[in-house]
Amino acid sequence: MSAPRISPRAFLRSAGSVFLKDWRSELRTRYAVSALLMFVVTTISIILFSLGSEGASPDALSGMLWVVVFFAAMSGLSRTFVMEEERGTTLTLQLLASPGAVFFGKLLFNLVLVTGLNVVTVLLYAAFINGFVIRTMSIFAVTVILGSMGFAAAATVIAAIIARANTKGTLYPVLSFPIVLPLLLSVIEATRKASEGAFFSEAAGEFQLLISYTVVVVVASAMLFEFIWKD
Amino acid sequence: MNGRIQIAGEGLRKEYNRRTVFRDVSFSASSGETLLITGRNGSGKSTLVKIICGVLTPGGGTFSLTPGPHDPPRDQRGLIGLVSPYLQMFEEFSAMENLAIAMGIRGLPFDPARADALLERVAIFPRRHDPVRTYSSGMKQRARYAFALIHTPPVLVLDEPMSNLDGEGTAIVRTVMADQRRDGILVVATNDLSDVDTYERRVDLNERA
Repeated sequence: MSAPRISPRAFLRSAGSVFLKDWRSELRTRYAVSALLMFVVTTISIILFSLGSEGASPDALSGMLWVVVFFAAMSGLSRTFVMEEERGTTLTLQLLASPGAVFFGKLLFNLVLVTGLNVVTVLLYAAFINGFVIRTMSIFAVTVILGSMGFAAAATVIAAIIARANTKGTLYPVLSFPIVLPLLLSVIEATRKASEGAFFSEAAGEFQLLISYTVVVVVASAMLFEFIWKD
Repeated sequence: MNGRIQIAGEGLRKEYNRRTVFRDVSFSASSGETLLITGRNGSGKSTLVKIICGVLTPGGGTFSLTPGPHDPPRDQRGLIGLVSPYLQMFEEFSAMENLAIAMGIRGLPFDPARADALLERVAIFPRRHDPVRTYSSGMKQRARYAFALIHTPPVLVLDEPMSNLDGEGTAIVRTVMADQRRDGILVVATNDLSDVDTYERRVDLNERA
């Protein structure tokens, strides 16, 4: 193949167009948003009923918040690739865009989706779960932002892997859990520190781990994506 | 290359789960020529089409696409257009939106006037703003031609080109094919051998199983 490679400007335009296509599709179908919101509302309701008036320790509540986020993200973020497969448009995208442009377009879409999901989840969780108090808001805000980035990075490449499997629904959380475990442990620990009123610098270790995790996952995914996507 | 775009396959082979679909397939074609790919069902016509389009990697051999000096400086995807019954458009969007999406994802500027002209040519202009999911199978096939031609590809690949088309649609496709033969390379994969004498190059996959 001796045709020239795509220019950086065309690459950005291509990735942006993949994102816009998914964004406009989501606005029309609301498939992922509906699934995510239903999951968040249902899970928070179950936690609420389980705790009753007894409440729980800040440690447990910090962990439960991210359990809600993890399973909600796992129920919705795979849609970006699974829907292409189900609608038969995977081949269409393969014809139109380079694997890199597809990956970064989908990553951006998942990032927007999971950030929105996390904001809604945190607001609902804080409003309805007694005893969940954040004393250091700066730690918590940075945790939610970095956690969203890490979730989006991991979820995107895992979705691409499982999109062609026959058992997509069950495979996704099973395959995701070991990959996002370092991320989950870090965000839970940072959230615990935020609820205990720790100084910002005390969460620096968690933030470094979250940033490193996201960078490693994005770089490894970008390198491997062509092999996942093409055949 | 003599200033002309050229495609060439050399010793191509493809297997699925240890089953050899075809082997030792070689061909070449340049601007102004038509390549016909024939073979019985399951002989690998669509597989070879996907290799030519760059979405499938051959198990062996090489495929090359060499642009001419007058072709636009694009990657392989930007030089090829594909029409096939298994190629799905984004059905929640209209035909017009699909053309804009295709150009955007290709990283190319969208020209609404050209899109109008193409949709007029394939005779779905009055329904251009309706979602593709509301189209009949024949209309979807016509829309695929607009989708494949919007970026003016020098190589047009047609897999079962007359699939789902009525008499009017067939006539439209024949003019599209004639124009492509004049301006670039036309690759047709079909079992319909009625016009076999008009193709300059031919690959018979029945002989390559």
